[in-house]
Amino acid sequence: MTLLDFARGPALKVAIAIFCLAVSWRIVAFVLLRIRRDLNRPRASVPTSLARGLLTVGTRSWPHPEFIARTGAGEALGYSYHLGLFALVLLFTPHILFLGSLIGISWPGLPSGLITIISVITLTLLLAVLFRRVTNPVMRMLSNFDDYFSWFVTLLVIVTGLATTAHFGAPYQTLLGLHILSFDLLLVWFPFGKLMHAFYIFPSRAINGALLARKGAPS
Amino acid sequence: MSLSSSELTVGEALRLHGISRRGFIRFCTATASAMALPPWMGLAMAEQLRQAPRPSVIYLSFQECTGCFESLTRSFAPTIESLIFNVISLDYDDTLMAASGEAAEVALATAMKTYYGKYVLVIDGSVPTGADGAYCTSGGRSAVDTLRQAAAGAAAIVCVGTCSAFGGIPFADPNPTSAWPVSAIVSGKPIINVSGCPPMPEVITGTLLQFVTTGQVPDLDEHLRPKVFYGNTIHDRCYRRPFYDEGKFAKSFDDEGARNGWCLYELGCKGPTTYNACATIKWNGGTSFPIESGHGCLGCSEPGFWDKGSFYAAESSAGWGKAGGPSPLRALEVAGAAATVGAALGLATAVATRSRLQRSEINPADADKKDI
Repeated sequence: MTLLDFARGPALKVAIAIFCLAVSWRIVAFVLLRIRRDLNRPRASVPTSLARGLLTVGTRSWPHPEFIARTGAGEALGYSYHLGLFALVLLFTPHILFLGSLIGISWPGLPSGLITIISVITLTLLLAVLFRRVTNPVMRMLSNFDDYFSWFVTLLVIVTGLATTAHFGAPYQTLLGLHILSFDLLLVWFPFGKLMHAFYIFPSRAINGALLARKGAPS
Repeated sequence: MSLSSSELTVGEALRLHGISRRGFIRFCTATASAMALPPWMGLAMAEQLRQAPRPSVIYLSFQECTGCFESLTRSFAPTIESLIFNVISLDYDDTLMAASGEAAEVALATAMKTYYGKYVLVIDGSVPTGADGAYCTSGGRSAVDTLRQAAAGAAAIVCVGTCSAFGGIPFADPNPTSAWPVSAIVSGKPIINVSGCPPMPEVITGTLLQFVTTGQVPDLDEHLRPKVFYGNTIHDRCYRRPFYDEGKFAKSFDDEGARNGWCLYELGCKGPTTYNACATIKWNGGTSFPIESGHGCLGCSEPGFWDKGSFYAAESSAGWGKAGGPSPLRALEVAGAAATVGAALGLATAVATRSRLQRSEINPADADKKDI
């Protein structure tokens, strides 16, 4: 069995199994957690609270006007590399075919030259994000192994992907095997680290918004 | 194909056949060009060959379909006739030789004895080892015994075709004859793999010619293939590559994309992972190659190509399952089963947590235990 066969065969199966098991475990445990009863008189009806909760998903996804000068650049950086990651994962034809072979559907992709440009930009933005994290004293203090390792596994997938496209340093099959292995690693780490925010971020904003609306506070 | 003809130098043999020096230099230059060697190598090759005795070549066929030899007979530069009449002394080849039976066996034994340590051994086909080698025998001897005996006196072994290089189709799962590539049986001898199903004729003759000319094994890749022919992927040299870069793919063999000559990647072309010279030298005297004829590359020059799933599944697909190729159902089965187990664990975790919280409300001593 070659490295490529291993990476997209048993390693991918195990990685998908771990990913699905752990994500499902954490989400179900989270959803079924008991929320302590709020005995205060509600300041808004249940439908209003829910609507405000959904609204909060949008309002919290944009910098607050009061802090935009301080946080705008960081948020722009964050949004940019997230958009880059989405484009790389979902709009590169080999990825579409890979995902299509797993889930049975496909969609149009972008030219590979454009994807290469997006890869380089996303890689640069990820490096900028790391630079910001290590140079900002507050962010450095807040950061732990989870932050750095999550950054590393994300970067690794892009670097190995670029190397595969460029046939850099090793035969194509080896590079493709390493690229898929790095994706396997990302899948395994995903549910246990901060990458899990992909599943939590919007529900948690909605729940916070709904709870604050119930208390009559702006969100 | 008399043994005494081996004693002639290449130059003498050429004169005997009325070939001029100019014509011979033209032939060598064409060969050097096909092998991407520098221009001066054509002259050097001609000079070296002219003075060199024609090396003895023994061609053994084992578990194979003779497709590789069919390919060799269609070589244009050099042609098979010029190769065997002028450049090498083909002392044994059971497909071409006029002799048969005991006379053929005597020819083989004599060549092996006379040129011991000097002859080039060409192997075509995999070597079955099951049932004590009984799946492939000739002259009462098994292929594996013949190979071991012939390899002992060879200067180098050239494995022609994916079967002798990597096991090929006989080696594919379930490998009923316990077939093996030559490199798994022979050690201590230089081995050059000229893979392909079949290999390109010019690659076979070019490799033989390069070894005969220089007396040295060419630069080889990790699969022991000459880098000069196997240094690039089909994808890198494919004329349809610009369409790949533009994201233009044929979705079926008869859609507009296929008619426009767009990239066949989505139809399973194995060009990106296949190292061979098809896209540059091309077949039938440079006429075309499979992709030019509208079909994706099968990856036949790569190890285990027969066991790598469907020929029509895209290269980047997960490739789960062998005969049926990628199966969405299997991926969803794995994901679904794992998610179900995860949900059960999540439920158990939630129940345990709620129970602990309830106990802490009843017994304040437990209150310092952390919630999740």
